[in-house]
Amino acid sequence: MSVATQASAVRRSPLARLTITELRLLLREPMLVFWGFAFPVLLLIVFGLIPSFKQTHAGYQGQTVLDTYVPILIVMMLAMLSYFALPTVLASYREQGVLRRLKTTPAGALRVLAAQLLVNFGSAVVMTALILAVGRLAFGVPLPLAPGIWVVVALLTAAGTLTVGLLVAAVAPTGRVASTIGSIMFYPLMFFSGLWLPIPSMPPVLQHICHATPLGAAWESFQSAALGHWPPALALLTMIAYPVAFGLAAARFFRWE
Amino acid sequence: MSPVIEVRNLRKAYGDTVAVADISFTVAEGEIFGILGPNGAGKTTTVECVEGLRKPDSGEISVLGLDPIRDRAELTQVLGAQLQESQLPAKLRVAEALDLYSSFYRAPADWRALLEVLGLADKGSTPFRKLSGGQKQRLSIALALAGGPRIAVLDELTTGLDPQARRDTWELIEGVRDRGVTVVLVSHFMEEAERLCDRVALIDKGRVVELDTPAALAERVAVAQRIQFRPSGPVDDALLADLPEVSGIVRKGDVVVVTGTGNVLNAVISVLARNQIVAQQLRVDQANLEDAYLELTGEHDARLAGQGE
Repeated sequence: MSVATQASAVRRSPLARLTITELRLLLREPMLVFWGFAFPVLLLIVFGLIPSFKQTHAGYQGQTVLDTYVPILIVMMLAMLSYFALPTVLASYREQGVLRRLKTTPAGALRVLAAQLLVNFGSAVVMTALILAVGRLAFGVPLPLAPGIWVVVALLTAAGTLTVGLLVAAVAPTGRVASTIGSIMFYPLMFFSGLWLPIPSMPPVLQHICHATPLGAAWESFQSAALGHWPPALALLTMIAYPVAFGLAAARFFRWE
Repeated sequence: MSPVIEVRNLRKAYGDTVAVADISFTVAEGEIFGILGPNGAGKTTTVECVEGLRKPDSGEISVLGLDPIRDRAELTQVLGAQLQESQLPAKLRVAEALDLYSSFYRAPADWRALLEVLGLADKGSTPFRKLSGGQKQRLSIALALAGGPRIAVLDELTTGLDPQARRDTWELIEGVRDRGVTVVLVSHFMEEAERLCDRVALIDKGRVVELDTPAALAERVAVAQRIQFRPSGPVDDALLADLPEVSGIVRKGDVVVVTGTGNVLNAVISVLARNQIVAQQLRVDQANLEDAYLELTGEHDARLAGQGE
């Protein structure tokens, strides 16, 4: 097969077309573009300009406050995409009969699900790279010392937030309900990742709770990887247990119509 | 002509609710086949089984020799569906939707030509949510035809459209048939079926009550006539009701509507003349499919009631 026919085969592939379409639709949602894409980077720049965020801190193993915020922003971006973008779109597609309509075509409804996952995964990869790059280039935040472990942690984190999002998409009857459930989950879970108060500054009881939540365990694991070692076993277990549990629940409850 | 769709003894229940009790029909190639009936009669469930969206409890369905459940992938290539209350993403544009849907098929139709035919050529960059009801329905027809199907199943196509948009849509459906596509049309508008359909299956309570051409169905009740007039003086209902030809009298303000059979017109005019009353603004209506529908589904009710313990 020549390159040209390969390229046209890709252009004609229903999954590729659906993915491009879903990406276009995502970029047409100003709220999602702002909160999912622009906001994490803006926040990084604001934090980077605060002098005290550049100081190392006793409880942070030689890291600056800003260093510890980079993984929090990545976690926040993943949570935005998984808790809001994905379930809102999927629940409204089901509500409006978009999935049913696709079931009558050769593409099938499963491909839309795949296209949504691809778009969100692609967005997450690009955003992660952007946050790391801005942190490193503009504010001297060191790149992770154990990149391999860091990537594993990032994938587990994405799996954790994504399966929660799929479960929301599975149980929410409408897009509006999905986005409400998303926001009800987003704020407390982000609190436990240290968005408002860094975990090391929390009282011990709260710290323990944080480590048992998906986003708190994610932050802890990112920290370990940034400093060059594997996360503690408990954090890793937490990060594996949540996606398995939520993934099974999502698969159990998901409805096409 | 050989049948392109064969449905035999279809049955489908949702829990205790029997949506389709026993439905059989065949659709010939190139015809517009109407499935008519009141809400809840089982029309949509029937076509959803034909489309492969639902699995029948029992009975057999063959669409161009394919089993809608087992040969689903192949069926979707040859059967285009327009679903009731199915939308597109709000911000998806018309041309994007057609381009996307075309990419699903082995041998798609030329969607730009479809847009032209359906009068949406200047709407290519309009998002779905900005389309009017009629435009949404036209897009929906275009999407059902995007794959160049041999059969198009259109469910409640004109519900919610204004009369003009409805008539425009009817012309489009005739155009679709003229392209050689067999059309299955689900509707509860008798006028629509009368205008469009070659044959009609009247469905009520999950069963086929009658299956014939619209004209033949109307003829079956053609003995029934409706006479409407404004009497020049007061008329006693009993005067008309006593006539053996009269089956019903309804008053709408000072207009009297008499229904009856046989030579009912002559009988009514004679009795009025004998009482020195003139029938002003006299109008006589022949039975149409609507009357046939009411009469036939009513009969069906009576039959069922008679069977009950």
